[in-house]
Amino acid sequence: MGTIEVGGKSYETDEEGYLTDLAQWNEDVGKFLAKQENVEMTDQHWEVINFLREYYTEFQIAPAVRVLTKAIGKKLGADKGNSQYLYELFPYGPAKQACKIAGLPKPTGCV
Amino acid sequence: MAGPDIKAPEMREYSQIPALQPGAMAATKSFVANEKVQEELGFPGTLVDDWHDKAIGKMGELLGKYRSLKVFMDACVHCGACSDKCHYFLGTGDPKNMPVARQDLMRSVYRRHFTAAGKVFPKLVGARELTREVLDEWYSYYYQCSECRRCSVFCPYGIDTAEVTMAAREILDSVGYGQKYTNEIIGKLHKIGNNLGLPGPALANTLEGLEEDVLEDSGVAVRYPLDVKGAEVLLITPSADFFAEPHIESLIGYGKVFHAAGISWTLSSKASEAGNFGMFIGNYEQLKKIAMRVREAALELGVKRIVVGECGHAWRVAYSFWNTLTGIGEGAKDPFAVQLQSQLDHRYRQPMHICELTWDLIRQGALSFDKSANDHRIVTFHDSCNVARGSRMGDHAGGQFEIPRNIIRAVANHFVEMAPGTTHEQTFCCGGGGGILTDDLLDLRIKGSLPRMETLNQVAEGQGVNFMATICAICKAHFTKILPYYGFKMSMVGGVHQLVSTAIKLGDK
Repeated sequence: MGTIEVGGKSYETDEEGYLTDLAQWNEDVGKFLAKQENVEMTDQHWEVINFLREYYTEFQIAPAVRVLTKAIGKKLGADKGNSQYLYELFPYGPAKQACKIAGLPKPTGCV
Repeated sequence: MAGPDIKAPEMREYSQIPALQPGAMAATKSFVANEKVQEELGFPGTLVDDWHDKAIGKMGELLGKYRSLKVFMDACVHCGACSDKCHYFLGTGDPKNMPVARQDLMRSVYRRHFTAAGKVFPKLVGARELTREVLDEWYSYYYQCSECRRCSVFCPYGIDTAEVTMAAREILDSVGYGQKYTNEIIGKLHKIGNNLGLPGPALANTLEGLEEDVLEDSGVAVRYPLDVKGAEVLLITPSADFFAEPHIESLIGYGKVFHAAGISWTLSSKASEAGNFGMFIGNYEQLKKIAMRVREAALELGVKRIVVGECGHAWRVAYSFWNTLTGIGEGAKDPFAVQLQSQLDHRYRQPMHICELTWDLIRQGALSFDKSANDHRIVTFHDSCNVARGSRMGDHAGGQFEIPRNIIRAVANHFVEMAPGTTHEQTFCCGGGGGILTDDLLDLRIKGSLPRMETLNQVAEGQGVNFMATICAICKAHFTKILPYYGFKMSMVGGVHQLVSTAIKLGDK
């Protein structure tokens, strides 16, 4: 367990730096987590993060990589609807790194 | 995050035995499970005060229950045949990753407490007290073993090192010293139905999306049904198949096979996981409880056949243990097992591997393929450890090696084998099996993949191999992660049914 300090407030994280309470998440926390991951956030990054959070609110799980690529393709154009584009945005893997920045729990299992 | 800074060891000509680096991996320790995770599985939340006596007591219980463990403790003559067979030793050079040394972490304590010589002259027979340092060493090195059993193939006494690792993990769990990765996932499975934590509505949504995609790509309405009562086949597949790349490509392939053969099938939201991490921690109660979900789903849905998707250790559990655990297969005699036995169609093997099903259909001429659709691929096959050394397929010895290869040859024109001595029953673990597939062990995973990467490199450079097929979700996830560290593309790994999916003709035969 650890904590991070953002804007004078402290937030609890698990051993791997994922936020333990996703309700506490806000954009500044997202930016802070992104910085820790060496990810420079652009509008394209936020598109992904926002979609992840919307999907999580509805289904209580991050979307499958395929669902994510399809949604991003629809929003940003077919040339962006592939996992290569997502890896360019989030080099450590869209599922894990983007989930972390979005304040979602880490997908587990054989993934 | 540790990931991006870790460097892969340099690939050499396969195979060289590394210079010893004592203590190289001593500091490597995966995250310990927290109180909540432990207690959900009925284990003590944190290390108990009387851990020493409890651990020795548990060891005594296991030695009494599993005669195999006692034989393995007694039989080793330290001949050294196993010492250079472990991928984690070959990749790290740490002598404690030699299988014999890993076993001796427990064997030394066994001698101290369970042999006369060790009680009287401990130093003379290499007996050690179980101190806190020794316990920590157990945790560190028994979670640097993937239970792949390659070393056991070379042991003249047939000592199954994986069983020693499982026993050690069981003892550690019983004193409140569990691993976060495996135990958190087991808890999730009990709560939600699968390792991923994918709830029913999300699963339904994912499958609907898949149907749209396949219709768009192929023009054929292939179905990916969920919870359909009265379907003939219940498919039990790893939850990664619903979520990750390239896993989902194989799921698409299974659906196409069922469609082309006209077999009605269903997935289950209750049994939406083939994986059974109860085996990884050597805990019989968990192994059974996890497997029971499959029986419950099969009875509720009234299916005639149970088929298992591409998941290595799941197939070992299904093939070797489901019969006595759940009554799928023969052996169990409780009323629900008897009910299930009378429900299942015994003209087919129960359970059946998806590769057996597909290969049977190919032999009957029920499927047809455009092999040239795979012409952009030069394919090799990585045997997954639990399928290779813990199970079988088909009706004769070695079927688990032949059948996946037969399928590949039936759907692709270019197939190449990796070096002899590194495939079939002597295959290397991918580097991420048995409860190791976690980011906090990434350094170990990368190093443990060295021998497989060296042999892959041989066929990539020599014969232009650009696709390594496997039938295991862990292999797929692990290789996707570590291939780039060795300079390969992550898309180089995929499933056997991904190849099937590419070449199968739907509609007109």
